[in-house]
Amino acid sequence: MNFDFTPEQLAIKKMITQFVDSEIKPYAADADQKEIFPAEQIKKLARLGVMGMSIPKKYGGAELDNISQAIIMEEVSRGCNATAVTMGAHASLTCHPIVNFGTEDQKKRFLPKLASGEYLGAFALTEPNAGSDAVNVQTTAIRDGDKYIVNGNKIFITNGGKADLICIVTTTDKSKKHNGLSIFAFEPKKTEGFSLGKKEDKLGLRGSNTQELVFRDMRLPKDNLIGGVEGEGFKIAMSVFNSGRIGIGMQGVGIAQAAFDECLKYVQEREQFGRKLHKFQALQFMLADMATKIEAARLLCYKAADIKDKGKRYVKAAAMAKLYGSDVAMEVTRAAIQIHGGYGYMKDYPLERFYRDAKITEIYEGTSEIQRLVIAAELLGRGF
Amino acid sequence: MVKVKVAMQCPETQLNLGGIVLIRGNDFEDVPNMPEVQQAIDNGYLEVLKEEKNLEKKEKKEGEEVLVFAEQRHNKISRVVFELLGKARELADKLNVKTAAILLTDKDSGLSQDLINYGADKVYLAESPILKNYQTDFYTKVVSEHIRKTKPQVAIYGATHIGRDLAPRIAQRINTGLTADCTGLDITEDGLLLQTRPAFGGNLMAQIICKKHRPQMSTARPGVFKMREKDGSRKGEIVKIAANVSEKDSKLKVLEIIKEAKKKVNLEEAKIIVSGGRGLGEKKNFSLVEDLARLLKAEVGASRAAVDSGWIAKDHQVGQTGKTVRPKLYIAIGISGAIQHKAGMQNSDMVIAINKDSSAPIFEVADYGIVGDLFKVVPELINELKK
Amino acid sequence: MNIIVCIKQVPDTNEVKIDQKTGTLIREGVPTIMNPDDKHALIEAIKIKNKHKGKVTVISMGPPQAEEALRESLAFGADEAILLCDRAFAGSDTWATANAIGAAIKHIGNYDLLLFGRQAIDGDTAQVGPQVAEFLSLPQITYAQKIELGEGKVKVERQMEEGYEVIEAALPCLITCVSEINEIGYPSLHGIKEAYREKEVRVLSAEEIEVDKYKIGLLSSPTSVKKSFTPPAKGQGQILKGSTKEVVEKLVSILKEKEIIGAF
Repeated sequence: MNFDFTPEQLAIKKMITQFVDSEIKPYAADADQKEIFPAEQIKKLARLGVMGMSIPKKYGGAELDNISQAIIMEEVSRGCNATAVTMGAHASLTCHPIVNFGTEDQKKRFLPKLASGEYLGAFALTEPNAGSDAVNVQTTAIRDGDKYIVNGNKIFITNGGKADLICIVTTTDKSKKHNGLSIFAFEPKKTEGFSLGKKEDKLGLRGSNTQELVFRDMRLPKDNLIGGVEGEGFKIAMSVFNSGRIGIGMQGVGIAQAAFDECLKYVQEREQFGRKLHKFQALQFMLADMATKIEAARLLCYKAADIKDKGKRYVKAAAMAKLYGSDVAMEVTRAAIQIHGGYGYMKDYPLERFYRDAKITEIYEGTSEIQRLVIAAELLGRGF
Repeated sequence: MVKVKVAMQCPETQLNLGGIVLIRGNDFEDVPNMPEVQQAIDNGYLEVLKEEKNLEKKEKKEGEEVLVFAEQRHNKISRVVFELLGKARELADKLNVKTAAILLTDKDSGLSQDLINYGADKVYLAESPILKNYQTDFYTKVVSEHIRKTKPQVAIYGATHIGRDLAPRIAQRINTGLTADCTGLDITEDGLLLQTRPAFGGNLMAQIICKKHRPQMSTARPGVFKMREKDGSRKGEIVKIAANVSEKDSKLKVLEIIKEAKKKVNLEEAKIIVSGGRGLGEKKNFSLVEDLARLLKAEVGASRAAVDSGWIAKDHQVGQTGKTVRPKLYIAIGISGAIQHKAGMQNSDMVIAINKDSSAPIFEVADYGIVGDLFKVVPELINELKK
Repeated sequence: MNIIVCIKQVPDTNEVKIDQKTGTLIREGVPTIMNPDDKHALIEAIKIKNKHKGKVTVISMGPPQAEEALRESLAFGADEAILLCDRAFAGSDTWATANAIGAAIKHIGNYDLLLFGRQAIDGDTAQVGPQVAEFLSLPQITYAQKIELGEGKVKVERQMEEGYEVIEAALPCLITCVSEINEIGYPSLHGIKEAYREKEVRVLSAEEIEVDKYKIGLLSSPTSVKKSFTPPAKGQGQILKGSTKEVVEKLVSILKEKEIIGAF
């Protein structure tokens, strides 16, 4: 068991940490307060090759191992979560189905543009009646000659209003329930029958674009059916979420770390009752607990990434990573505001933004409740 | 007893040595030669007044000179040269040798006499149209040959863009040691040049010696040493030396020399910052800060209170939620010095605070504080500076 | 266009702390970085290579851990990296360092342009560049803020205290770069992977570069450190007393004495 990074991973960590501190973190407050979409930050990440971090080299990607990807997710989340989720929805959710289940033709058509960042990706599953109950997707894709006709709508889609390529989960055969789901990729800016709906006004990650997608007799070529075979949608979606969970766990770690870093600085500067805050045992205990939890959450994520790198089944590890990572994000950001007292409540300080950003990690890509079901199923030996 | 004063390079404004308090800026005073005093002398914090022999009248031995490179630009001697001449005289007097300057130019238009007036006993003058403006290869050749011929024991250069281009090249050509950016130059008991300089970004001071190689060479930055008074009656020798250079000695060509005003700097790179805070009272009073800044060619900073009150734009804000700065001089006007602000400026080399509240925390990080009404102090300061 | 860039791995002097009790420098745990001016020189070399076709070789004299800075150079796009590592080099002052680096460059041979950073943030001497140029008998241009390549020659804007000079030099020549010459950016993920998986860092010893052993290392160095000490931390200063006129006069005289005000 080796807990050290390789020299290559260390070099990646050093680079992304410096990059985030200079190019991402300074713009986070504005992205949140003014709801500015982090387009510049995404462009810069693309130039580094980060948007293609999960894509194989032969399609122009960086083909990073999963631990390196986890490192990047933590650092970007530490800097700005609007950027992190925009990046994650693209690199994790959108790329995964094509890389792992796409036909060679689909890989050649879509991956290079996703890798370079020319295309921004989105993954659309959620509907008004299909959240945790993913199988209850109502968006239909009916075969008509060489095409599929898609009708329905998706809500709460990250990057929905900005994407150049969207993977949508539809049902091609309602009677088959989860065996009737199929995933299509399409280019929204070039496809008729597609329109954008409501743009959401959120508690946190306010710079990120979260929007409704509307499909009215949208016609897609049959070659856009991921994998070329109907009914694979559920399996693919579950694989996507498994993989994405490690990233969300790391997002929780990144948010918690950002909050913790502020606290560590603050307690060494602020004085009350004639001494600096760090002299008070109550605060020392709080810091110790925060640091321990963050470290534990981080290690769960690395472990899941390691298992994934080795090609073994990582469902339980990933679910644990997300569950614990989001828990820790909530706990640490709450304590962080408390440590800062009144200042923590003010928008001049970033703590309240971390607190608002943290909440979503308990919800999207599988709620904490779903994670618990997944873990229990792995423990008790039943497939989910 | 020994006559000492707090050294210029001592970062403390006052030293407490076994109960004796010495304040920087005061003249030499007699103190008992206690261990604390010795330690402070060894550390370079105290300067010892050596017995002033009337060395000017004594016969100096020939040769083994202390040489100063007399940098000139557009037929004007750079100010740093006069500062170096002051220090060179001190060193030469201790070594009982002459102070010499070497001047390369197209035509000497009284520059040699200037050098003599500021302390040179001898000026070696090389005149040639090819030496009108500094050029590495020509200057290196002339100065190196001169050094090889006259064998000075010490050679010092201004640490200017010219000096830092020339001195290392010479050092490598004649195979001797060179110490850059010296803040202190002295002579040890064994007659060696003791060169003090900052290292590690200023976090460490090092004392360097060049034991066997000659000359012992140093560069020193402008503003480090003090010029002596100009003495128009001083006499010295001007020795013409051959400028054995021609165009073929160089593969370099200076095509153009372009003078332009200094580029705009931002707060993080500013050398001087004048900062205003809540004590200014209202927006129009911020002009006091701006006037002072303009006079000092400084950048304008502000506390969070001033920015929040809309008196100045946020990119001037210094502090935890603003910018962190480390200028040579930070003047805080009407700023209380809350932790958030201190965190942004406490690494400044020198801090001056003006505030009417004597218990304001800003005085804890100020090198010099003025407790008073800024509306009286700042205009007075502006007046005094204009003189 | 074959370019050799010389870099140094240095402690990040902005992060160096003083042990308050002993007054000495805390050297452990100080992060090491590629010297910033050298990084600018490296980026410039890569820009030139990309424009004019050629090869960039990076060389560094240092302990084994300097390999990290060399890998970083490869990640930025350098083609080859060489680490000059030998106990014989230890304790070298700038003259001795220039002899070692000069000999190494001679050994590598086949270069058109040498790029160095202006100065390193630990030594702050700015001497090695010009000294290597002298060792190799090459023309030098220091404080370069802009470089333009021509046929067998180079045109450089040399930064002065006020303004700049435009200097032309025949190739090969040695140029030291200031930070204003370019913006640095970051190595890409692809670059980092290539640096660690496909490119090589060669290690050369003193013997291999055929340098005179009496010209390198501590004992050969003309200058040596007699003593070092840490300047004490900033503490409370003094409150100037007196009438407004008196305190202002005193303040201005202090500023003049310290030469904080006053022309160049």
